[in-house]
Amino acid sequence: MVTTALDKTGSDQPLIRIDQLSVGFGRHAVLRDISLAVPRGQTLAVIGESGCGKTVFLKTIIGLLRPTRGSVCFDGEDLAALSHRALARLRTRFGFVFQQAALFDSMTIAQNVAFPLRQHTARSRAEIRRIVLSRLAEVGLPETVMERKPAELSGGMRKRVGLARALALEPEAILYDEPTTGLDPIMSDVINELMLSTRRQHPVTSVVVTHDMGTARKVADRIVMLYPLSRLAAGEPQILFDGPPHLLEQAGDRRVRQFVRGEAGQRLKELEQESDD
Amino acid sequence: MASNTSVRNDQSGPWRVSRAAADWVADLGAVVIDWVVGLGNLSLFGLRTAGWLLSRLPRRETLVPACYHIGVLSLPVVALTGTFIGMVLAVQAYSQFRMLHMESRLGAVINLSLVRELGPVLAATMLAGRVGSAMAAELGTMRVTEQIDAMASMGADPTQYLVVPRFLACLLLIPALTIVADFMGIVGGAFYGVYLLGIDWHHYWVNSQEYVRGFDLFAGVFKSLFFGAAIALISCYRGFHCDAGAEGVGRAATTAFVFSFVVILLLDLFLAIGLDSVYYLFWPQGPKLM
Repeated sequence: MVTTALDKTGSDQPLIRIDQLSVGFGRHAVLRDISLAVPRGQTLAVIGESGCGKTVFLKTIIGLLRPTRGSVCFDGEDLAALSHRALARLRTRFGFVFQQAALFDSMTIAQNVAFPLRQHTARSRAEIRRIVLSRLAEVGLPETVMERKPAELSGGMRKRVGLARALALEPEAILYDEPTTGLDPIMSDVINELMLSTRRQHPVTSVVVTHDMGTARKVADRIVMLYPLSRLAAGEPQILFDGPPHLLEQAGDRRVRQFVRGEAGQRLKELEQESDD
Repeated sequence: MASNTSVRNDQSGPWRVSRAAADWVADLGAVVIDWVVGLGNLSLFGLRTAGWLLSRLPRRETLVPACYHIGVLSLPVVALTGTFIGMVLAVQAYSQFRMLHMESRLGAVINLSLVRELGPVLAATMLAGRVGSAMAAELGTMRVTEQIDAMASMGADPTQYLVVPRFLACLLLIPALTIVADFMGIVGGAFYGVYLLGIDWHHYWVNSQEYVRGFDLFAGVFKSLFFGAAIALISCYRGFHCDAGAEGVGRAATTAFVFSFVVILLLDLFLAIGLDSVYYLFWPQGPKLM
């Protein structure tokens, strides 16, 4: 699958290149000096505790948030240099799966999945319906959900609709924001399997933001661990780990091992000290 | 934080006073900066909406529901308030006019104030309350649940898709709502004056016709366009810049109404002054009521 992607574009430069990226809101810095390159076809998992800037990282990749410093390049194009319209066009090459699915609740499921198709293609209604059906089937949803509203579906179903919508335009890259958060273990694994089957069926590059180690280990070729800036010393790099999943356990950094094993360690004491200050 | 308090504790009387004054100035500065930034953002938001409005009209499927929610569903409440305000005017003005034995001029006063002021302002206020806060809450919920981000991530422009139809529907339909409020107010005032207070029907209408001119009707409808634009922009802006959580959405809805209402009254004042000078430009002898 990876080779197909390479053949299609005929280039071996990374699809997503992030250079010395810093993002902040007012005086509050969230990301500092992040440099990463995601080659075509790779599935990168970004792990880290809540508040370490994972979601901000993901939203900056697609240009929903602007970097305060540094740059994000997609397929060689710097997002900051693009016009409003060019950025909108570029975004159609992405699929974004939101944490709470972010389905439009005024529309039916069919209209939700059809939204990007109607927005960006001149396909006929029948053709759009056919694509919507096949996308829903891919994520294991029956035709009967098409006319229902998002509020009538369970959390797992909504997430799968979100995935179907992200796949509608056959994107080159899919960004998953905590795809399994809030789901039961079975449904979490269903989503994991769907992520894997998506990758088998379409030659996609994926970035998965998660704090579910099961997901990270199962779907990722490479794992990056971010750490909250507030806990880091001034010059310390924010990426604590960057490598394949099997090396996680042997990571030199105590904080990485702690996260992977889910051990609180001295954290409760630290938290108490922080609230005292 | 800890070091900060210890520094403060070391300081004696005069230091503390000057420090409090400095804090006060800093707080005031922060409020002013917030307002200026907010105003700038609102202007940019308006410009972006105008840009989309000129370059690409919204699709039917987004414009028609917006028109239905904003115009059609507001009709009953606007008509009802219009009727009552017309009747209230008759009640309030009658005793004063009776003292001067000028009851038959009542129609002129009621209809003129309705057409020039109360009709447009009332229709706009009802629109701000019924539609403005609903729009802010709806868009705010979409912001909080990342639906606006989802739209942008799919390469659709949220301003074009969500704001432009609402703006256009407000702008196009507020004149109609104003005319409905005017009409129902006139009917309500006439009903109360003629049937319940027993003012002579013929004189009531002749006086109304004499004093209420086409320009007055135009002035009211013209003002309403500005009110509609302000309501749509302020409400959509508040929704788009909603804070997180249910509290944020609630606040967006309330502030949308409060700001819209204040802006409606401000605009009303300046437009009234402006339209008055236009009137004197064309009819230098001025309007006469008594």
